[in-house]
Amino acid sequence: MRHFIFAILMWMPVAVFAFEIESEALFEAENEIARLRIISSTDEAVFAPIIAQFQSLNPSISVYYVVASSAEISKAITGENEAFDIAISSAMDLQTKLANDGFALQHISAATALVPAWGNWRNSVFTFSQEPATFVLSNAAFEGLEMPRTRQDLISLLRAQPDRFDGKIGTYDVRTSGLGYLFATQDSRTSETFWRLTELMGSLGAKLYCCSSQMIEDVSTGKIAIAYNVLGSYAAARTDLADAVTIVAPQDYTAMMLRTAVILKTATAPDVAGLFVDHLLRGAWGAPPAKDVAEYTRPIPLGPGLLVFLDRLKRRQFLAEWTNAIEQ
Amino acid sequence: MNKRGSILRRLMLQLVGAAAVLAAILFVLFQSFARQLAIEAQDNTLFASASAILESVSVQQGEVNVDIPYAALSMLGNVSDDRVFYRIGMGAVPLTGYDDLPGKPGADAVSWTDKYRGDDLRMVQISRALSVAGTLRDVTVVVGQTQGGLAQKLAQISRMAILIGAIYFVVASLFAYWTARSTVRPLNAVAEAVARRGPLDLRPVTKPVPSEMAPLMVALNAFISRLDRSLTRSEDFIVEAAHRVRTPLATVRAQAEVTLRRVDRQENRNALKQMIRAVDESSRAAGQLLDHAMVAFRTDHLDQQALDLGAIAAEVVERQTPVAALKDITFDVDIIAGGGFNGDAILIQNAVTNLIDNAVKYSPQETTITVSVKGNSLKICDQGPGFPAADIDTLTDRFARGTNVGNTVGSGLGLTIAHEVALAHNGALTLSQNPKGTGACVTLSLPS
Repeated sequence: MRHFIFAILMWMPVAVFAFEIESEALFEAENEIARLRIISSTDEAVFAPIIAQFQSLNPSISVYYVVASSAEISKAITGENEAFDIAISSAMDLQTKLANDGFALQHISAATALVPAWGNWRNSVFTFSQEPATFVLSNAAFEGLEMPRTRQDLISLLRAQPDRFDGKIGTYDVRTSGLGYLFATQDSRTSETFWRLTELMGSLGAKLYCCSSQMIEDVSTGKIAIAYNVLGSYAAARTDLADAVTIVAPQDYTAMMLRTAVILKTATAPDVAGLFVDHLLRGAWGAPPAKDVAEYTRPIPLGPGLLVFLDRLKRRQFLAEWTNAIEQ
Repeated sequence: MNKRGSILRRLMLQLVGAAAVLAAILFVLFQSFARQLAIEAQDNTLFASASAILESVSVQQGEVNVDIPYAALSMLGNVSDDRVFYRIGMGAVPLTGYDDLPGKPGADAVSWTDKYRGDDLRMVQISRALSVAGTLRDVTVVVGQTQGGLAQKLAQISRMAILIGAIYFVVASLFAYWTARSTVRPLNAVAEAVARRGPLDLRPVTKPVPSEMAPLMVALNAFISRLDRSLTRSEDFIVEAAHRVRTPLATVRAQAEVTLRRVDRQENRNALKQMIRAVDESSRAAGQLLDHAMVAFRTDHLDQQALDLGAIAAEVVERQTPVAALKDITFDVDIIAGGGFNGDAILIQNAVTNLIDNAVKYSPQETTITVSVKGNSLKICDQGPGFPAADIDTLTDRFARGTNVGNTVGSGLGLTIAHEVALAHNGALTLSQNPKGTGACVTLSLPS
């Protein structure tokens, strides 16, 4: 592996895309025989080690890595006919729709056999990571108070001390955040506490965020005390804030978002894309699953059900209801 | 034999062919039936999904609203991993879903297969009327699903259908083989029974046979009885003829003997001697023909009794001694008592007489004839000219005589009679050369 140099080139958008990208990077192999083009919603900093490991095993494959929001990924693939090999996204509903609408290739290998049945749809959508929707709480704001462990706890707490938490609650603006919308819609299916909680948050002037990073930041600074439905993995990644915040996986139920990979129909080298997906899946499922998975965690099931909340009338109705509850 | 075809093969071919055709029909029926069931099952799920969606369509403040239940689509995902498409429209106006999904305008509660985005979709369409702003409008829901799960199920069903067809075929073929074998068995049984018969056994075949074979058996038995009658008639004719010839011949011989004594001229005496000789020959032939006919008759109805071959041989030798003495022939008799056997006394006596008579006839003057009995085997050896090697296999045929008999009187029936008697007793007659120099040996062996 020593004799290969991975040149990581960063540029401001050179290729002009018809969709918005956040960044792009080329992990170049020395004697390239194939180039893999990945469009992903995950920062390349997170993916760089995985790609490096992949290239150490497959030294002649270059990887071109484009980061875009999940909505833009969907737009890029369905609308713009941009040629990518693999789409990696946390928006499992959009990934499912890609596969359902015929933008995905099927892939079967020894590695895909490792994926549990709930994590694989049609041999097209492959789960390689599951991440919980959590409460992120400010340690400072909860000093002397017991931290809520369930949604009921949270509701009681907010009802008991409305003054203390007025304007101190943050959650996704589900109208702009795909992940927020996914969590909200799944919450609404799972428990009727969701609407009560939303109304309560609305009455307490909840702040709405587009992205988890800002929300976590604001919890750490004490600008807000509670961030609801934040991806636990994002908060945990901010080790610098570990003293300021506490991540709570709600014990009534914790929805698990599945981060998935899809091999696209536009792939120029589907077998190379297959190699990369296999690499991802072996990393995720090769070792026996950790035993300490709490019993209240529930992976959001893949399948055509996810298409329901993508329906434009359904979405319009849900958003209307949600807006009604949150904006008072 | 003029063979054409085989009943067994034809039966097998026809039965196995029928089994193959039936297995194929079974396969096709099973598959098409199962296919229909599988398609109906998919249609039912699709209809359930479409109805759930259609129920969720409502009018609120003059506006059509669709609130697709989560289950409407997730239920399709529970059955198989197939791709799902739907379209909800009001008249020609699309409301939501995949606007380009094909439909069947005007139809209600229909299912069909259509192409969409490069795949075959199983589709259903249902509609209902809604009152929108005072007018009745038709809201239509189309739900389609790819047929991957169906194809998988059908492949599974096909494998099962092939298995069922194959099992049916194998079982039916085994039955076909069994049927064909048991059909042919009575035929084989009759053939075997007929083949097992002795050469002169002309009784009708009485083995029970299936009714279909009765005409064959009637014909066969009629043929056998005809043959029997015709044989009997010719034997009767020979007996009658021989009998009728023998008596006048005896008269002629007696007259010739008398005349011979009265005639002195040498040439007349010679003529008379020749005449007597010719008469002897004729009367001997007639006698042997009678013997032969008697043997032929008795072999059909053997009169079995316990016999001792040694005793019979001794008796015959004693009777022949005077005749042999005329030619100064002596008998060397060596009898080791045998185990005894069951046989027809007259036939055995006749056979032994013929053999010893032959030996005496062909022996030169002043020679010895060895008669030895060991168990149930009688061996007679003379010192005559022996059997010509070329004729040794055919001498037991009727009227066959060796090429070296010279002017010895004979009919060619002696060995034939002995041979037929031996065969009738399941024994054998063996001709060989005398191991001690010249001469012929004849061995009559009978089973104990």
